[in-house]
Amino acid sequence: MVTSTSKYQYITCDPQKCIGCQICEYVCSYTKTGEYNTYRSRIRTVRVEEVLMTAVACRTCENAPCIIACTRDALTQDPETGVIRVDADRCDGCAWCIEACDFGAISINPLTKLAEICDQCEDEADGPQCVKWCPKEALELTTPDRRAQRARHKLATEDLLGS
Amino acid sequence: MYGYSGRILHIDLTDRKTWVEKKPESWYKMYIGGVSMASRLLWENIEVGCDPLSPGNPICIANGIFAGTPVPVGGKYGLASKSPLTGFIGDSLSGSWFSIALKRATWDGLVIHGASESWVNVFVDDERVQFRDATQLLGLDTFETEEAIREEMGDDQVRSATIGPSGENMVRYANVTNDGRQAGRTGHGMVWGSKKLKALSVRGTHGVTVADPDTLMQLSFDITQAAQGPHTSKYRLLGTATNVLNMNRLGLLPTRNFQEGVFEDAELVSGEYLDAHHKVKIIACAQCPIACEQMSAVKTGPYTGAMTGIEYECLFSNGPNCGINDMRAVIKLIDLCDRSGMDAMSNGVIVSWTMETFERGVFTKEDFKCKKYPEGFEPYFGNGEAAVTLTEMIRDREGIGNILAEGTRRASAQIDAERGTETYKWAMNIKGLENPGYDARGLKTFSVGLAVGTRGGCHNRTAAYDPDIKGRVDRFSIDDTRGKLARSTEEYAAVYDTLPLCKFIRRCFTGKADRAGAWPTIAKLINATTGWDYDYDDVELIGERAHTIKKAFNIREGWTRADDHLPYRWHHDPMTKGPSAGHVVTEEELEYLKDLYYEAKGWTNDGLIPKQKLIDLGMDDVAEEIGV
Repeated sequence: MVTSTSKYQYITCDPQKCIGCQICEYVCSYTKTGEYNTYRSRIRTVRVEEVLMTAVACRTCENAPCIIACTRDALTQDPETGVIRVDADRCDGCAWCIEACDFGAISINPLTKLAEICDQCEDEADGPQCVKWCPKEALELTTPDRRAQRARHKLATEDLLGS
Repeated sequence: MYGYSGRILHIDLTDRKTWVEKKPESWYKMYIGGVSMASRLLWENIEVGCDPLSPGNPICIANGIFAGTPVPVGGKYGLASKSPLTGFIGDSLSGSWFSIALKRATWDGLVIHGASESWVNVFVDDERVQFRDATQLLGLDTFETEEAIREEMGDDQVRSATIGPSGENMVRYANVTNDGRQAGRTGHGMVWGSKKLKALSVRGTHGVTVADPDTLMQLSFDITQAAQGPHTSKYRLLGTATNVLNMNRLGLLPTRNFQEGVFEDAELVSGEYLDAHHKVKIIACAQCPIACEQMSAVKTGPYTGAMTGIEYECLFSNGPNCGINDMRAVIKLIDLCDRSGMDAMSNGVIVSWTMETFERGVFTKEDFKCKKYPEGFEPYFGNGEAAVTLTEMIRDREGIGNILAEGTRRASAQIDAERGTETYKWAMNIKGLENPGYDARGLKTFSVGLAVGTRGGCHNRTAAYDPDIKGRVDRFSIDDTRGKLARSTEEYAAVYDTLPLCKFIRRCFTGKADRAGAWPTIAKLINATTGWDYDYDDVELIGERAHTIKKAFNIREGWTRADDHLPYRWHHDPMTKGPSAGHVVTEEELEYLKDLYYEAKGWTNDGLIPKQKLIDLGMDDVAEEIGV
């Protein structure tokens, strides 16, 4: 399984909790474009079987392959937050960043033909809107460290309670 | 105009051509969407009096007003054709992605005319329409067909409504399926099969905008939050399957082809048992924050691997109603129906009719010879493997399956004509549509709601069981309030079916599901989407108009008062066990209830609609054709 390589925060989805409703995609596209359009969402849901589903957004990798792949230096990473920004003047929509991303977390805007990447709603006072709206709390803004802590807690609880 | 594009796409399968019809805003304000707009499109486009399987019977699809927005549970579309099962209106709803793709392709509705000479997949790709050869899709089940099309197109956002093998084989109660959801009842899959339409695929890439996004987002967020609380816990935790034990306690759980209302093994086919032994995951339709679909799998025995979403209606019909107490066989039966693309509710009732007919000695083992069992088999009540085999024979129209595939009304008529029997006396249908899972002998208000239903034996178009079950009236007797109750509950349901919103959201607006609790918020949602100024009364009218256009369609197709009937059994055979034992709905009671209902509707005693009534609803052209 591909996991994050990041020290930064990123948006993750718990596939056990995800119900496949796509509300994250509606809210993302509305926040970024003023329209509801899952083709314009920077978080993407995927359902491979009836009961296997999740959502994927940028994992803010360190040494991000998308940045390395970009031949026009259009992508840069914020050293504080890890958010990857697209310089619209430099991007020509060649899609090498899309091919480089192991998570399938980058998409091309069908209108402008330029790359779009999750920025964790850094302009929104209450943080990522997909996380705010997710009806089953499947989405969260987290780091690998915090996920590891939780995994240890869960393991300990199961061992102690035997459930 | 917000919420609509103002355009209906017409597709002619015979000549393989398309044209666009523009509709004025006033037309949308009358018919809104869902089953109402689909029924209106059918009213406008059908050849009156045609055979439902002829090219003159169009497939009419109408999108929902809220599809493609974050309004919870608004991702639904309506589908209407003349029903091959009833000969009257066949109007269905289905949820999930298909409606959303259609909205983003900017079509308010589709009308598919004619019939194709060869099997076709119609692909609506935003503005363009392709007629694609569907030969390679034949024989694939509903899930496989959708995946094969997405694979072919190379885009996982292509959404398809399809028919399965039973639609190809023209089973009379075949369904149309999209995204694992069904536009069920009334046999749409047979209509699609008659046109050689294997699939209708849509890709929509345009954004959806609304008149007042700030208000719509706030309302939607609040409803989404409310939908995680106690107002939906029944649906989220055990799903509608929890009704099995509730109905059993009331003596209303149809058992062994509606002979009784209590099932001795109800615990073994209950929602609670399902949760403990078979539940895999709970999933949602697109645009739904509730998530009610209880995905359940068989993990042991001969049906290992079968998996599908289990709801009460399919559970009652294939479980207790067939005397089957093995949940694994029930899951297999429903999975088989879903994959074959046929109505699991109707299927359970035709199988139970077959079982009773066998136990009464009309059918014998020899009647059930097939490839799987060359010597035949014995479909007694409780025989799960027999039910599975019968369902496969129906899907393939093999052997006696060819007769059973015609549904209870036609199958019983054919057997009675051939053998001089009276099997119609236990053929449980209304207008030819197999009955839902509430025994109306113990629900007198519901009995008239069902009898007058425009699409036949259906619990989804009338909520008249509600006052009976909630105890607001005495469910075993009748009085002069029942006509008004039947009217009120069917028009309430019609509002939800027209927007459409899934009815499971009905308590999440204010905590109260009644009109006062829901209509003001629904009006705000409509206004924020469209920019209109709808109020409580306008919402109420949506339901009355929706119901009226369906009734008008039936009248124009030759409906008479005698068509509002109940199954013979409910008039003549009282149940012998449980809290509802000893009761029937007498024919005199039903005729009196119908009098009350027609009066409450403002119709004539023959059930026809006065011209003035239609003019008052703004339906002048309908008044012209069928008003009296």
